[in-house]
Amino acid sequence: MSSTAERPPSLYAPREPIFPRRVNGWFRNLKWGIMVVTLGIYYLTPWIRWDRGPEMPNQAVLVDLANARFFFFWIEIWPHEFYFVAGLLIMAGLGLFLFTSALGRVWCGYACPQTVWTDLFILVERWIEGDRNARVKLWNADWSPQKWRLRVTKWAVWLLIGLATGGAWVFYFTDAPTLAVQLATVSAPAAAYITMAILTATTFVFGGFMREQICIYACPWPRIQGAMMDERSLTVGYRDWRGEPRGKHRKAEGADDLGDCIDCMACVNVCPMGIDIRDGQQLECITCALCIDACDDVMAKIGKERGLIDYLALSDEPAERAGDKPKSVWLHALRPRVLVYTAVWSLIGIGLVFALFIRSDIEIATAPVRNPTFVTLADGTIRNAYDVRLRNKYNTPRQFRLSLTAEDPLRIALQGTNALSITVPADDTVTQRVYVMAAPRFEAATRPRTDLRLWVEDLESGDRASSATVFNGKDS
Amino acid sequence: MSEHKIDEETGVETTGHSWDNIEELNNPLPRWWLWTFYGTIAWGVLYTIFFPAWPLITQSTGGLLGFSTRGQVVDDIATYEAANAELNTALATVELASLSVENPDLHRYAVASGASIFRNHCSQCHGSGAAGGIGYPNLLDDNWLWGGDHEAIAYTVRHGIRNEADPDARWSQMPAFGDVLENDEIAAVVEHVKAISGQEHDESLLEVGAVIYDEQCSSCHGVEGKGDHEIGAPNLTDAIWLYGGDDAALTYTVVNARFGVMPNWSPRLSDAEVNAVAAYVHQLGGGETAE
Repeated sequence: MSSTAERPPSLYAPREPIFPRRVNGWFRNLKWGIMVVTLGIYYLTPWIRWDRGPEMPNQAVLVDLANARFFFFWIEIWPHEFYFVAGLLIMAGLGLFLFTSALGRVWCGYACPQTVWTDLFILVERWIEGDRNARVKLWNADWSPQKWRLRVTKWAVWLLIGLATGGAWVFYFTDAPTLAVQLATVSAPAAAYITMAILTATTFVFGGFMREQICIYACPWPRIQGAMMDERSLTVGYRDWRGEPRGKHRKAEGADDLGDCIDCMACVNVCPMGIDIRDGQQLECITCALCIDACDDVMAKIGKERGLIDYLALSDEPAERAGDKPKSVWLHALRPRVLVYTAVWSLIGIGLVFALFIRSDIEIATAPVRNPTFVTLADGTIRNAYDVRLRNKYNTPRQFRLSLTAEDPLRIALQGTNALSITVPADDTVTQRVYVMAAPRFEAATRPRTDLRLWVEDLESGDRASSATVFNGKDS
Repeated sequence: MSEHKIDEETGVETTGHSWDNIEELNNPLPRWWLWTFYGTIAWGVLYTIFFPAWPLITQSTGGLLGFSTRGQVVDDIATYEAANAELNTALATVELASLSVENPDLHRYAVASGASIFRNHCSQCHGSGAAGGIGYPNLLDDNWLWGGDHEAIAYTVRHGIRNEADPDARWSQMPAFGDVLENDEIAAVVEHVKAISGQEHDESLLEVGAVIYDEQCSSCHGVEGKGDHEIGAPNLTDAIWLYGGDDAALTYTVVNARFGVMPNWSPRLSDAEVNAVAAYVHQLGGGETAE
């Protein structure tokens, strides 16, 4: 089966390894800051304590799957209030639209976990293996003990970061100090270990080896960007009308005819995506702005004005070619689209906060028993039954008293007790069967439907809640 | 098949078939595919050895592991029964009347398991909501033929009503008065029953009706018509009618006499299960307290 003939060209392109060089500058410092803040929030949040009383968890942020509760500082979300989470997701979606129309792919460049963790992994790589040149050399070197030592050290640190990442994740789902002790004594639930193993592996592989491939091949967001951006969106761009023709500024070559770009490749060498920004706007560019820092540095050294590579919009080109001054970034950020998105985004946010403030601490939901719709008692009284679900969102057990309002004189009784009040445990739900009765002399006993409202009152706080339902008479 | 034709372009052997001078390259199967294929064959053979597979005359081969879905169900049921054994032992001998106060957890268990037993064995006649129907008592109301406290309900479940199988079954039989009374006498006694149950009636027939009632009916239904739990005689003065309370229904009942049969559940339900059903039925809304 040997084939010596020429084969058609392969469609597979192997990854070109990328060795981003260290860079200093305003945007780099901003990104360090954002990395510290976002990773700090991620790793430390599960450890913040919040006192909710003796019967409640004291973790500030907790997704309590077993008891179906979400705790966020003073806010507690029950499963039936999931619309808050849906609202937050809508806000997150609109927020991405908002930031895209204002600042382009700012999410990709600064806040995306893939970017932040890759940045951290590259930092570790640089500490252990040295900067770009040393890393290229090490890459090409044979596998010596020295190379093994550096590689294994790097992988070990990456794995530790991955482990911390997976570990922090599971801490959000149960009491963090308890789980930490369990993990240390190998007595934690299997789900914790499996989750940690998966997240450790994905962090290790995504941040250490796949890096820009995730953005280019796996992530849908760069594609969606194509639909979101227009010629006025901010991107990182190269002022080729100022830089070209590029060339080394040697006197002999007639430097006077050359543009500002000295073709030093600084912008290419620092790029974590391995592209040349001077080729124009590309899908691969995550607008991390490191090439801006790199180029500004070079421009300062050769005594030129900064901003050969800069945040700009495609619409800037004709104006600047015509001799206009570069437009301020803020003028790009503030445009009608941005204002509309801001307005919608804020409205949803205000709505959620409003909904949070008006929600009740006690709730009642009524399900009429339909099998049968009514029962005739010996004295001719007509009785309806209702399964009433009572929610107590307080952190202490409460006494709930039930009553009803209706145009006819109806009587109420609770199954299993002669009293009209029952105890609902702290932060819990109780389902109680409630009987409503109409004496035969009243119209409600025969009328097919009588409107009825069941009330519940918390005897301690005086809170009231109600739920409308119907009473079925004999002719229903 | 001896001809080996090599494609010039690629150097790969062809299948030798030609359609309009287009030939098919005989590339080998991808290695991963081939091994997966062999793997599935091996899996299939091993499966038939370890699991039930080959059909025989009366049943299939059992497989080395002895697995069967029916066996799995049996195991599952045994697991649950073992888990509930303690609860059921306690429930079999417990004092039902005070259970909800003295042992609320066991009471909850009794009601929950009673509900599922009820749906299995009782709902065919009494309805899934226990509301009964014509001829089948409604278990939700506050009226009972044979008594509605825990003991009475458990006795009824255990021994049944008017069945030949259980010598302790509850038994009562109303005579068919069609052979005994004249038609106008029956009409009169029906008016009397309508009167004592608070319905519209014909005043002119009451005098005759009352006399006939006294002679023929009061020995079982009582002088006032309140019935008797001891002999299962229905209360005729309330608003609840097993077979209907209008003219036609009452006349039919007096002429023909009607009564239903309930099986004795003691051979099929354990003591714990009888108690569970009794606890469930008692809390449906009409349970009585023993005097």
